[in-house]
Amino acid sequence: MITKSAVAIAESRIGKPLEKYFAGRVNSPLERSWLAFKSSTWIIVLSGFLEPVLFLFSFGFGVGSLIGGMTSNGQTISYAAYIAPGLLATSAMNGAVYDSTWNVFWKINESKLYQSMLATSLGALDVALGEIAWALFRGLIYALGFMAVVTPLGLVTSWWGLLAIPAAVLIAFGFASFGMAITSYMKSYQQMNMINIFMLPMFLFSGSFFPISVYPQFIQWIIQALPLWHAISLVRGIMLGQVGIATLIHILYFVAMICLGLFFTTKRLTALFLR
Amino acid sequence: MSSPLIVARQLTKTYGEFTAVDHIDFDVAKGESFGLLGPNGAGKSTTMRMIGATLQRTSGELTILGKDPEKLGPQIRAHLGVVPQQDNLDGELTVTENLYIYGRYFGLSKKFIKNKIEELLEFAQLEEKRNVKVDALSGGMKRRLTIARGLVSEPEILMLDEPTTGLDPQARHILWDRLFRLKELGVTLLLTTHFMDEAEQLCGRLIVMDKGKIMAEGSPAELIRKYSTKEVVELRFGSEKNAEMAEKLHDTCDHIEQLPDRILLYSDDGETLLSNIMSGGAHPITSLVRRTSLEDVFLKLTGRSLVE
Repeated sequence: MITKSAVAIAESRIGKPLEKYFAGRVNSPLERSWLAFKSSTWIIVLSGFLEPVLFLFSFGFGVGSLIGGMTSNGQTISYAAYIAPGLLATSAMNGAVYDSTWNVFWKINESKLYQSMLATSLGALDVALGEIAWALFRGLIYALGFMAVVTPLGLVTSWWGLLAIPAAVLIAFGFASFGMAITSYMKSYQQMNMINIFMLPMFLFSGSFFPISVYPQFIQWIIQALPLWHAISLVRGIMLGQVGIATLIHILYFVAMICLGLFFTTKRLTALFLR
Repeated sequence: MSSPLIVARQLTKTYGEFTAVDHIDFDVAKGESFGLLGPNGAGKSTTMRMIGATLQRTSGELTILGKDPEKLGPQIRAHLGVVPQQDNLDGELTVTENLYIYGRYFGLSKKFIKNKIEELLEFAQLEEKRNVKVDALSGGMKRRLTIARGLVSEPEILMLDEPTTGLDPQARHILWDRLFRLKELGVTLLLTTHFMDEAEQLCGRLIVMDKGKIMAEGSPAELIRKYSTKEVVELRFGSEKNAEMAEKLHDTCDHIEQLPDRILLYSDDGETLLSNIMSGGAHPITSLVRRTSLEDVFLKLTGRSLVE
């Protein structure tokens, strides 16, 4: 049996792009996440998925029965159908943020997982991509779960709705990438709590429950700069079949978020563990 | 003679104003077990991390198997097995999974790792614990697993940073036995320690470091011969009287060290020295004649004891 040695494997990367940062092995951090996930507590995994579903039932059907219909770009839809896209985007965000912030913080500072990974021939970009891909995967699972709840309820009004799944992946990728980058710069639990302080208002005011046109113009501008507003607008547009130039802008926003996040995560992991 | 595996010339690491490693030179040959001995903060771990290609040097030259860690970090790390000072095993995984995934980080095939795991479990004496989560292991077991993990990729150099710190005496001896076996198998060992007995047991050759500099270099026996005498007499007169007695006994021996709790008198014939002192009218509370160790070498070189 001919087995390639660790050295031969590492040397085969010489001359490839980003050779110092990337060993072409995103699969191995992913495999590690899967091994750890198999024995993790399922109830915690489930809680992140349940949150938007609970919001849908209480707001969508509870508050919704008081409101009646909503109009979005001339279309009249039920209140539940109006908030469902926002909650789908939130599911994707929650899944991605859960793994890419607190879990990453713990792996950097407590379990020293990345330190042990980077003592091998892996590069910082392998670790960043592997961890982000895992967080993205969780975002996707949450989004799929949410779709499985809302579709039978008749809240998806257009065939375009199927595209909400890839949109959710993009959103999860953006949040996972950006979340990990920010987390890698955090030094204490207090700083980490700032993320939570930021997340709740963003969830409440980014247009998940009502159009942001209720706010004065300058507040609208602030909200439009935030990622969740782009996520919600993207998914809502797709699910209601209102696709246009705005859709493209939202997509570009997330592509930029992904790139920035990957760049800073790799830079920071290198600085922390390989300098 | 084959060219050395590790060559350091004027190797230096500074953090702002602070110089952690200060222009040090050393070579490590293939199959050697090479030790870095010194107190905490001497620069041992910093040196290890530079060799491990996880820390960039400030200046000087460093090559590992002819490669510069600055340019070929991942390629150098593929040659190394690293056992860090603090265990960083994967607490969410079992013993076997830890070995498996570490091999995967190097890109090794599943089949290769599966075979290797059996060999390593036996080596680390952890066959019974294969499906246990690592958090449930004792300190000694964790350290053995960390060493086994470092061997998954069949490294040419195994680097151990303070391998037995924090372990009880029995666990230390088991670990020494395992490391001795590796040495016999021809694995190059590079280890740091602040335990003298460990250095004497495991290191064929060592450098004594203090404040980022190399104070001395040689085999344990050479260092003892060069910087100390064959034997040492330890006397305790009680903390108030030690200083006074040290003054009185100054001319009786080759060299004298006064520590807060005892006086050390160096001589090639400890028993004769002790009986001379006793017949001279001194009445120590306790007295002990022992062979000198690296601890005494360190004391002689720096005027301070190693473990403070």
